[in-house]
Amino acid sequence: MLVRVTHWIMTLCFFALLVSGLEIVVSHPRFYWGETGNVLTEPLFRIPMPASRHLVPTGYAYTLPDQNGWSRYLHFQSAWVLVLIGLVYAIAGLFGGHFRKNLIPRKSDLSWRVLSKEIANHLRFKRPGAEEAWSYNVLQRTSYLVVIFVMFPLMIWTGLAMSPAFVASFPWTVILLGGRQSARTIHFFLTIALVLFLLVHVLMVFLAGFWGRMRAMITGRADRPEERL
Amino acid sequence: MSQSSPGNLSRRKLIRTGLAAAAGVVGVGAAARLAKSYGLVPPDAGGIYGIGETLNYTAYRLLTRNSMAREFSRDQISKRPLENELAPPSEEFKRLQAAGFADWRLAVSGMVDRPGEFSVAQIKSYPSRSQITELSCEEGWTYIAEWVGAPLSHLLEVVGVQPQAKYVVYFSIEPDWWDSIDMADAFHPQTFLAYGMNGGALSVGNGAPLRMRVPRQLGYKSVKFINRIVVTDDLKKFGKGLGSEAPETGYAWYAGI
Repeated sequence: MLVRVTHWIMTLCFFALLVSGLEIVVSHPRFYWGETGNVLTEPLFRIPMPASRHLVPTGYAYTLPDQNGWSRYLHFQSAWVLVLIGLVYAIAGLFGGHFRKNLIPRKSDLSWRVLSKEIANHLRFKRPGAEEAWSYNVLQRTSYLVVIFVMFPLMIWTGLAMSPAFVASFPWTVILLGGRQSARTIHFFLTIALVLFLLVHVLMVFLAGFWGRMRAMITGRADRPEERL
Repeated sequence: MSQSSPGNLSRRKLIRTGLAAAAGVVGVGAAARLAKSYGLVPPDAGGIYGIGETLNYTAYRLLTRNSMAREFSRDQISKRPLENELAPPSEEFKRLQAAGFADWRLAVSGMVDRPGEFSVAQIKSYPSRSQITELSCEEGWTYIAEWVGAPLSHLLEVVGVQPQAKYVVYFSIEPDWWDSIDMADAFHPQTFLAYGMNGGALSVGNGAPLRMRVPRQLGYKSVKFINRIVVTDDLKKFGKGLGSEAPETGYAWYAGI
């Protein structure tokens, strides 16, 4: 129940963060490495698109409308909700056994035989059997663990490392990343990685049977309606 | 003991959920009152993004009230600092600029014991300080520069800020360009009335003759061409009452993040 509720709230937050984050990038679609970077310095790379600021040399003769104000408001508000709901999920998952039972790969999964079988099944886009409706396979477990315990914490860290007041109190949070512009660039790459995860995640839901899986994640009922997730 | 029926269970669950929700509402209400009495609620706390803005400001005031903005070494100063401002087009500014800003006045009023008008020369006669800090724009770009100026706290001591004051509001000579900071930022040792940059005088492109420099917040709090300061306990009296011109155009008042 808690897993399902937090999943959908965090989904909503993720989309709000994604849209507002992309709008913020539009005001300066150039990325740098190190501490500083601006229109007078050489970028690491630039996104070939028009910007919402006329000072940015994009090669386009026009500027897009400025959406940075509400985007920044929305970005931080959804970040707060995501972090607070994420904490509820993490604490409940830690003490309720969700992580231990459902996410940490089972001992029996950690053999080359099981691993190679799972990978082969995935590569053949084999539809999962009914027993999989009730538990995650080893590849799922690993990717969920990486997203929850590596990518989300890194996302929050690199986000805070861009905040001038936060790094005033905790300067090592930005120094360890190699500077404020490096934090911004890593934040951007993490976004791409999370979007790729999302695409694969949704593709897998489709392969496993979209309506069945959606019903399970919304109502908690799978094919055996007397049982609950 | 009788076994509880499913009906009992769900009723118990309902009561428990109801109690938790009620406690939550009371808790949030109490937290909001407490935050308000400690000055942890920003002026733009209304509206749909008010919750996020309030959480930002409250969290940052609890975590970072006295922290110092990062300072850099001389060789980290950006080789080509950005001048992202055009000179104010008004005749008044052109006249003041032509006279080398000798007639520029900074008017200080509001909740102060000794209001007055200060020339740039007077500001320069105060103990001068320098800092090598980063300017971060909300768009994403940054540069590092050395700023020279008089700490705002010195001027505030000269005019004698009254104890009930809560905010310092500052205005540019450009119309509709103003902002405000709380006392934690106003008396912060790195908050400057800057008049010099990178070993020379501050350029017009960077806000000459006086620029407010607030290095713990984003660049837009560092308003250029400052000619008026008002000390107040109520931001509702200014503009639309949101604390600065920024929220009126959709940007947050607190820009430490």
